Amino acid sequence: MSQIRDRLRALPPAYLYLALGLAAVVLPLFLNDYQVSVGVLAGIYILLGLSLNVIVGYAGLFQLGHAAFYGIGAYTAAILNLHFGIPILLLLPVGALVSGLFAFVISRPILHLRGDYLCIVTIAFGEIFGIALKNDIFGLTGGPNGLSGIARPEILGFAFTQPIHYYYLVLAFVVLTIWLAGRLEHSRLGRAWMYVREDELAAEAMGIDTTRAKLTAFVLGSAWAGLAGVIYASRYRVIAPESFSFIESVIMFCIVVLGGVGSVPGVLVGTAGMVVFPEIVREAKNWRDAWLGAAMILMMVLRPEGLWPSRRARLEIHEEETPAPAPASGD
Amino acid sequence: MDQLIQHLINGITIGAFYALVALGYTMVYGVLKLINFAHGDLFMWGAYLGWTVLAGAGALVAKPGPAILAPTFVVAMVSVALIGVLIERVAYRPLRRASRLAPIISALGAAFVLESLARNIWGASYKVYPPEVVPDIEWRIAGDVRIGLAQVAVLAGSLVLMAALYLFVQYTKIGTAMRAVSLDHDTSRLVGVDVDRIIAVVFFIGPALGAAAGVMVGLHYGSFDFTLGWMFGLKAFIAAILGGIGNIPGAVLGGLILGVVESLGAGYWAAQWKDAIAYLLLIVILIVRPRGLLGERVAEKL
Repeated sequence: MSQIRDRLRALPPAYLYLALGLAAVVLPLFLNDYQVSVGVLAGIYILLGLSLNVIVGYAGLFQLGHAAFYGIGAYTAAILNLHFGIPILLLLPVGALVSGLFAFVISRPILHLRGDYLCIVTIAFGEIFGIALKNDIFGLTGGPNGLSGIARPEILGFAFTQPIHYYYLVLAFVVLTIWLAGRLEHSRLGRAWMYVREDELAAEAMGIDTTRAKLTAFVLGSAWAGLAGVIYASRYRVIAPESFSFIESVIMFCIVVLGGVGSVPGVLVGTAGMVVFPEIVREAKNWRDAWLGAAMILMMVLRPEGLWPSRRARLEIHEEETPAPAPASGD
Repeated sequence: MDQLIQHLINGITIGAFYALVALGYTMVYGVLKLINFAHGDLFMWGAYLGWTVLAGAGALVAKPGPAILAPTFVVAMVSVALIGVLIERVAYRPLRRASRLAPIISALGAAFVLESLARNIWGASYKVYPPEVVPDIEWRIAGDVRIGLAQVAVLAGSLVLMAALYLFVQYTKIGTAMRAVSLDHDTSRLVGVDVDRIIAVVFFIGPALGAAAGVMVGLHYGSFDFTLGWMFGLKAFIAAILGGIGNIPGAVLGGLILGVVESLGAGYWAAQWKDAIAYLLLIVILIVRPRGLLGERVAEKL
């Protein structure tokens, strides 16, 4: 396994992505509807994982209430679509914007909190969001049953009806997001985030506005989750509070951490482990959580850096085992 | 007025449960700086094991009296304590030197395992505690305010446990070592404290208290299911933060305040928002006074 990975790592990443992308485009043509549906679901979780990766992976903020922002996007889209008939695809930026706005307002007073405290506050926000949905807040969210009858997406008269249509829609967003995440990681902002993650005090001393850096990570990540929420609402056309509950936040968190914090391929591997694999072994559903939990513990004990860690994290954790890297250039 | 007093009494009873569970969180946080997400599920296991003993006794004896409660508590507390020690050994001890992220994931994993096991062992349906174990006696104090024997008993029981814990931590050698470990592992080691053993003791006592609370919740509410652990655990953790994490009297104070606030909120405002009140309280306290009511300054920066 590790040899294969090292061999793959030696290839320029572009080849890897090209091969993966080609497989992602061609493969669903040979799969049945159910399998393609799993693909759509995995795609949505990849979007969520990548968005959470900005917050947890790049900026190092423990966010365990990500499902709330996913839900805000989905509910925003559903409410606007049902009440005003606005086409769902036009609502993609709106859902992202509303999620981002909520994230801004909520995170501003809590960002100074230390690691696990931040984690517990985000859990609290997630739970409050869930309770608000169930209590049909302002008569908008439809209570425990949620909202149904959301319109199908349409582009220039082409209606999305088959799972495979949604699959390609989601795939397009996944490709876009992976590209954006790569750009972001190496941008000035991305480097600032990692500095804040590694040593907040030193980052501040170097002139980084740490509060602002954390805030942007939180808002951008949440906005992107909102976008994923709109896609979810358009795919399933029914949304209910359980889809945005704490367990969803945990799954997203695990996708990021099990795959490898801060690593884009890690999110893909993490999604395969957390979403696709449990879907395949559905018969064992009753025991799924027990296996998942055991895997989480085992993983942290044996391989805390994740299945496909970012190069930086790998070097940090196994410093003495790997040969010294060539002096980094321009990174 | 009667209604107010009734809400207060109920709030204090529930608050005592929160306090007992919060003690486990706060002690673990004290020695390891770790949020033991599995603690709520350990508490739930206490409720299940207590139910199992009572149901088993009910099958053997026609009508188990209050005397059955002693073995019920002992079995539940000791078994859950052993599970707690096991979890520490398997899931937390190997991660002492890891990043702060790893123990969080590991703790969530342990919570998943416990919850899933409970659902598979005892089933997904509600479990009902046999109501005849505690005699159904009710007193009327002043006007329309009522208090049941079960309520008095669980309240007295939790107060005794809390007092015992306080005395243990303050006046015994192991208790002193626990306080030392929560200040500094390395220095404790230098003065001859076996840190691993003390942490194991903490993971014995905390879950034992949680299990006692689990049995009491079963006796008080009458029924529960496998989702009890997460919600109740989270609220107990909120109580621990409210009082100041790592601080034992703080956990008790936080639990009682949370219970009373919730009870008043549900009574006078809106019952369906009851759970949101606790979370709101948490957010407010962390923004306004992150150290909690009796705690030291820890929540912000290292």
